Parts: sequence; structure tokens; C-alpha cells
Amino acid sequence: MLKNIGKNMNNFKKNFLKKRYNAERRFQWYGKIAIGLALTFLAVFMFQIFSKGYSAFQKTWIVTEVHYDKELLLIDAESPSKDDLENADYYDVAYKAMTSLDPGLPEEEDRQLIQMVSYKYETEVKDLLLKNPDFLGKIVPIKLTASDDIDQVHKGNYPRDIPEKNRRVNDYQLQIYDMLNERGDILSEFNISFFTNPDSREAELAGIASSFMGTVFSILVCLAFSFPVAVLAAIYLEEFAPKNKFTDFIEVNINNLAAVPSIVFGLLGLGILLAVFNLPRSTPLVGGITLSLMTLPTIIIAARASLKAVPPSIREAALAMGASNMQTTMHHTVPLSMPGTLSGTIIGLAQALGETAPLILIGMVAFVNTIPGTPVDPAASLPVQIYIWSESAERGFVEKVSACIMVLLAFLILMNLAAQIVRHKFEKKWS
Amino acid sequence: MNLILVTFIILLAFTSYYFGRKKALVIQSSQRLTALPKFYGYYLAAWCAAPALIIFVLWSVFEPSIVKTFILQDYTDQNLTKNELQLIYTKVKALAAGTYTGNITNFLDESANKYIQLKGIANSAKVAIILAILIFSLSFAYRSVQKNDRMREPVEIFLKWVLFAASLGAVLVTIGIIFSLLFEAIRFFQAVKIFDFIFGTHWYPAKTFVRDGQPDPELMKDAFGAVPLFAGTFFIAFIAMCVAIPIGLLSGIYLSEYAGRGVRKYAKPIIEILAGIPTVVYGFFAALTVGPFVKEIGNAMGLEVSSESALAAGAVMGVMIIPFISSLSDDVITAVPQNLRDGSYAMGATKSETVKKVIFPAALPGIVGSILLAVSRAVGETMIVVMASGLAANLTMNPLESTSTITAQIVVILIGDQQFGDPKTQSAFALGISLFIVTLFLNVIALSVVKKYREKYE
Repeated sequence: MLKNIGKNMNNFKKNFLKKRYNAERRFQWYGKIAIGLALTFLAVFMFQIFSKGYSAFQKTWIVTEVHYDKELLLIDAESPSKDDLENADYYDVAYKAMTSLDPGLPEEEDRQLIQMVSYKYETEVKDLLLKNPDFLGKIVPIKLTASDDIDQVHKGNYPRDIPEKNRRVNDYQLQIYDMLNERGDILSEFNISFFTNPDSREAELAGIASSFMGTVFSILVCLAFSFPVAVLAAIYLEEFAPKNKFTDFIEVNINNLAAVPSIVFGLLGLGILLAVFNLPRSTPLVGGITLSLMTLPTIIIAARASLKAVPPSIREAALAMGASNMQTTMHHTVPLSMPGTLSGTIIGLAQALGETAPLILIGMVAFVNTIPGTPVDPAASLPVQIYIWSESAERGFVEKVSACIMVLLAFLILMNLAAQIVRHKFEKKWS
Repeated sequence: MNLILVTFIILLAFTSYYFGRKKALVIQSSQRLTALPKFYGYYLAAWCAAPALIIFVLWSVFEPSIVKTFILQDYTDQNLTKNELQLIYTKVKALAAGTYTGNITNFLDESANKYIQLKGIANSAKVAIILAILIFSLSFAYRSVQKNDRMREPVEIFLKWVLFAASLGAVLVTIGIIFSLLFEAIRFFQAVKIFDFIFGTHWYPAKTFVRDGQPDPELMKDAFGAVPLFAGTFFIAFIAMCVAIPIGLLSGIYLSEYAGRGVRKYAKPIIEILAGIPTVVYGFFAALTVGPFVKEIGNAMGLEVSSESALAAGAVMGVMIIPFISSLSDDVITAVPQNLRDGSYAMGATKSETVKKVIFPAALPGIVGSILLAVSRAVGETMIVVMASGLAANLTMNPLESTSTITAQIVVILIGDQQFGDPKTQSAFALGISLFIVTLFLNVIALSVVKKYREKYE
């Protein structure tokens, strides 16, 4: 009897232990799965962006022949000057260049061929002659930007097996495309215009130059406003502020400001900067100031942390040598805290860089097809460009958005790397 | 003009710095200096630049409104409303700048002339006053340099005031936020009863739009009920937390208690990348990939799913929030003193039992604080919702339908050109202030909980 109980006890203990150990293992697995899920999200995300976006870095050209016929250009002069070439009529020449691809086509169907290239093809025809004036009167090969539908067909992003009436590219155009492709007259080259063109309504011409410059200007304005104020404020709060109610209030204020949703800053920019101070709408100046209000608390917090990390012995040594409080701070504490402050600043700016909502509110979503030269010209910014393009229904913009995201992420990675380098290279380790 | 003035002041300040330093070297030959020579320079430069710049800024801020009252004085007998007066003033300004294209009345022309005249007077007065101040303050400062007064202390006191002024910057931002929101929101609540706003269940501001004239008050009453938006906001935040809390918390626990050094070193920063990705990118991802994916799965199961479902937006938002919860809870758990763990192990508890029954309860306040911070983040998130969830405010608790949030509506209302004075525009500010209050409330609680928790184990 007793023996049996002992045996049961043993069994019970064994099972109980087994259960507990299983629970232990299960719990570990939950943790591993959670981390795995988080990493999977990141991987899927990156894969999606890259697989959709890499093709935007390729541009499709259609090669054809153009005859710079003086008569069609309406040039009378024997040896035309630059002005004559500038003012010539390129409509017919460009038109002929495209229709020569299929001479048998009846005239009223010509639009189908013209639609295969970007609507700016006339300008491209003109630019080639302006660059090489000796082409006048000759027949030369020319590269024309393919329309974004042909571009998508060439990249294989466009399904060809759906019924013709649901397709933006009709059977005839596909047939011409196939013929050109077989001849090797469809070229794929690195898409420089994606980086040098401003925004456009046509996907094949749209580029990020305007929004990129907008981003650069906003970040510079943001830096110019937030960095000095934040560093000075951090010095005061950490080194000079007396401990009283008012300092506490400032401190609570800063901490709460850091967690205010970004869109509220957009409302502030709209309600004060635009409505009260009448600053120019849609400009990087207003965008930068709005973002600087947002980054202010981030930089203050980082600067204070790195001031706090300077050991008191440094201050004591300086004071012992007869330096005043201000001299101790300005000559010793602040320079020693700079690496941490700078890396905090860069991280704050990187956050501001990805911000979209406040910029939309102050009007930086306006369609801008010029490249801004100063901070008071209307501009978009990279994240806003992503938003604008992703609202567009055209298929060609999907890859543009993904490519724009890649540029933005590259920018962010560079900034974060810079922050790391500043921190590790220049920061002193106090042990 | 202003630019020239400011450049002049700054150049003068630089010159006076060099002048002051040189002067100190001259003084040095006859008597003992009270401070390093450069402080003589700083002293002069500060006296030169600070008063003049302060006056300049004050002048620039107040000049326009003073000129405006002078101009509009002529119109007081015409019984005009505030908006009409504003319109007249804009016309006068445009006329004076030569950009006005409407028909010009005599009266308007007179005002424009007066405006130009006033501006001219104001400008020359500004220059004169600033020059006078420069001369006065520089001569005052130069006299004390000559007398060889103490130089370092005043300079340091001045610097301290500059530092103090900078720290007021953060307070100014807060005041700016509150003012800009309150100002428009109060005007909104004059047109729409606050009761209708907080408890109304229909949000459809577009229908109050009337070209020319006042919108129908009956319509207004029913168009600005914010309940669907509050509900949508918290519903999407709730979905986000359903994704983020389990994953974030478990990975935080794993990283702090189980993971080896190598795993921790790489996994932690990689997870934190998720927090560094801009929200507009998540929005694109949610709209283009997750939304259709959810719809497809739902359709395969025979459910009716909107292509802009709350589920897609919420889930993607949850992924964005994972790192907030994981790193905050990681920090909090690491802060739990080692002797609690040791005590538990000594009693024979396994690691997971220690985590569940000792560490988790001990760290709970900190974890709750971090979750509250994350909720406030989710409530204030804008771009994901704008791009992936609907823009129509449905009052629904079905995650497969589309809902809208406070932030999304603010964007929808304010995108493009806004007309100030329109109740639709003002409603965005009313939404903004409710958002500000909700997030402030969450933050204050979270920060005080976390602070108390830190103090407990320090």
C-alpha cells in the first residue's frame, strides 16, 4: 500500500516536472516565434518594395528614324542659326518619325502609334537637333521615351492575356511592340531621368528631383531652426536651471511635446505660420519650421542625456582651475557632449525626414513640376511624393512609388549610419 | 530693406567685437584688465546686437496690425463685418503692391495711397529708431569699457539669459499648439454645439458646403457628430494593439531573459528598423499589399470584405508599433533587480515561471506605461489610415468594413486649399484639439507610471 503511494508520488512528480519543463520550452518558443514574426514582417516588406521598385530604375526607349527635313521644319535660311532651329516647327517631323514605323497604316489610325511614346516626344526630337545642328537634312536614328504602358509591357508588369477592351495597350500596339522588340529597337537603359526630372502627370516622365530638393531644403531649414535652440535649451536645463516649479514645468512640457502626434504640428503650422505670419504656402521654409518644432524636443532630450553623461570630475577640475561656471560649460562640458548631441540631432532629423502628415497640411502636396531653387519656392518632399504617386491610379506609378521609397530608405539608412559613426568615432568612453 | 538692416546690425556687432578686444589691449598697457580681452569684445558686441535686434523683432511683429487699424479706421462708419473688413484690407494691400486686378474705387485708391504712405513712414521710423538705439547702447557700452568695469560677469549673465530664452522655446511651441487649435476650435463651437460634436453619430462635413452664403443650421447640426471618428480611431488602435502587444511583449521578454548576446546584438536593432520606416511607406504597403490580401482571404472564406478594411490598416499599424513595445518592455524588464530572479530560481522555479509569476508582475507598471505610450502613438498615427482605411466615417465594429479616424479626417478636410472661416475647416481644428487632449492624457499617465516604476527600483 505504502509502496504503491510512493510509486504514484514518483509518477506524479515525474509528470509534473515534465509538464513544467514542457511549459518552459513552449514559452521559449513563443518568444522565438514572436521575434521570427517581427523579422518576417520586415523581410516581406523589404522584398515587396524591392521587387516592385527595382524596375523603375530602368527606362524603356523606342528607337526609330527621324528625317530632319528642312521643308517640314519650315526653315528658310540657307545656314540656319540656333534661333532658327529653336523656332522651327517640329510637329510634322516628329509625327513622321513615329508613323514611319508602320507606313501601311491608314492616316486616321496614326494616334495608336503616337500613343506608344511619351507625349513629350516632339521635344525630344527637337533637343536632338539642337544638340547636333549638322543633322539637319539627314536621316538619323533617335531614341524616344516609350509611353508608360509600353514601358510596363516591356518590363513584363502588364498582363497581355486579358481581353483587348480591358487593356490600355491594344493588339495593334502590341504587334508593333513585338516587331520592334525583335528588331532590337526597344532599349532598356538606366533611368537617369527618374533622378533629374521633376514630378509629372505622366508616369514615364515623372522624377523625384523636385521632391528631393524639397526634402533637402526642409531638412536644412529644420536643422537651422531646431539645433541652436535645442542645444542652448538643453545646456540651460542641465547646467544652469535652478530646481524649482518652473523648471519642472518646462521639463514636463518637453517630455509631453515629444509624444504629441505629428499631425498636430501640421495644424500649428497651418494655424500660425500660414494664417498669422503669412509665410508662403507649400514651401520648404514653412515645412522646415514645422518639422523643427517637432524635432526640438527630440534634440533637447538627446543633448541633455549626453551632457549628463559627462562625468562631474571634468567640471570639478575646470572649476578648481578657476574657470567660471559659464567657462566650464562652454569650454569643457559642451564640447565633450557634442558627439552624443550630434548623433541625437541626426536621428531627430531622420525622423523629420520621413514625416508626411504635417507637410500635407501646410500644402506641400501641391503638384510641382519645377525644381525648386530656394527654400521659398513651392516644393513637395520625398514622403509626400510617395503619397501623391500612390494616390494615382496609373500602373506606371506603382513602381515609381516603390523606387521613391527605396531612395527615401537609402537616405534614412545613410543618416542613421552617420549618427552611429559620429557616436562611436568621437564619443569618449568614461570608465 | 529688413535684410539690409539685420546684416548691418550683425556686421556692426562683429566690428565692435574686434574693436572691443583691441581696446582691451590698449587698456592693458596702462592698467590691469578685469577679464580676458575677448570679453571686452563680447560685451560690446552683445550691447550692439541684442537691443537693436529685440526692437527690430518687436517692430516687425506689431507693425502690420498697427498699420491695419489705421487703414481700417476710415471704414468704421460703414458697418462692415470682420470678414468684409479683412477682404478690404487684402484688396488695399494688393493695390498698393500693384497686383490688384479688380475694379478700383476712389475710396480704395485713397486707402492704398494712405497704406503706401504709412508703410513709408513706418519704415523710416524703424530705421531711425534702430540707429538711435545702436548709437545709444554702443556709447553706453563703450563708456564702461573705457572705465574698465568688470566685463566677464555681464557677458555671462547675458549668455545665461540667452540660454533661458532658448529653453522657453519648448514652452512657446506648446502655447502655439494650444492657441492655434483653441482659436479655430472655439469659432467652430460657436457654429456647432459642442454637444452635437461630442455625441452626434453622423460625420459628413462635405454636405455643409454651400457656395456663397451661410450653410443651413439644420444640416450643420447633423453633419459634425464625431462619435464615428472617435470609435474608428480607438477601434483601429485596438486592432493594432492586438497585433503589437503579444508580439512586442513576447519578443521583449525573449530578448531580455532568454536571448544570448549574439541574438540580442543583432535582433534588437533589426526589429527597431520597423520603427524607423516612415509611416507613409507603411501606408503604401497596407494599401497595396495587405488590403488586397485581406480581401482575398476574406472572399475565399465567403466573407464580404471592403478593400479598405480597418483590419488591414490596424494590422500594419500594429507591425509599426511592435518595436515600441518590445524595446520599452525590454528596458523595463532589464531594470527588474537581479535578486528577485535569484530568489525565484532558488525556490526551484523554472525560467518561464519566474518570468510569468515574478518578473512580469514586478515589471507590470512599466509595461502598462509603455503600452499606453504605444496606444497614444497609434491614436495619433495618420498616414497609414489615410492611405489604407476608408475616408468615409462609418460607425461600425466590423473589422472587415472601412472606418475612418480623427487624423484621417483632419487630412481629408485640410488637403488642398482651405478657407479659414468655413465651419468645415474649423472642424479639423476641433478634431485636432480632441486628438491633442486624448494623447496628452495618455502620455501624462504613461510617463508618471513609468517614472514611479523607475523610482521604485532605483
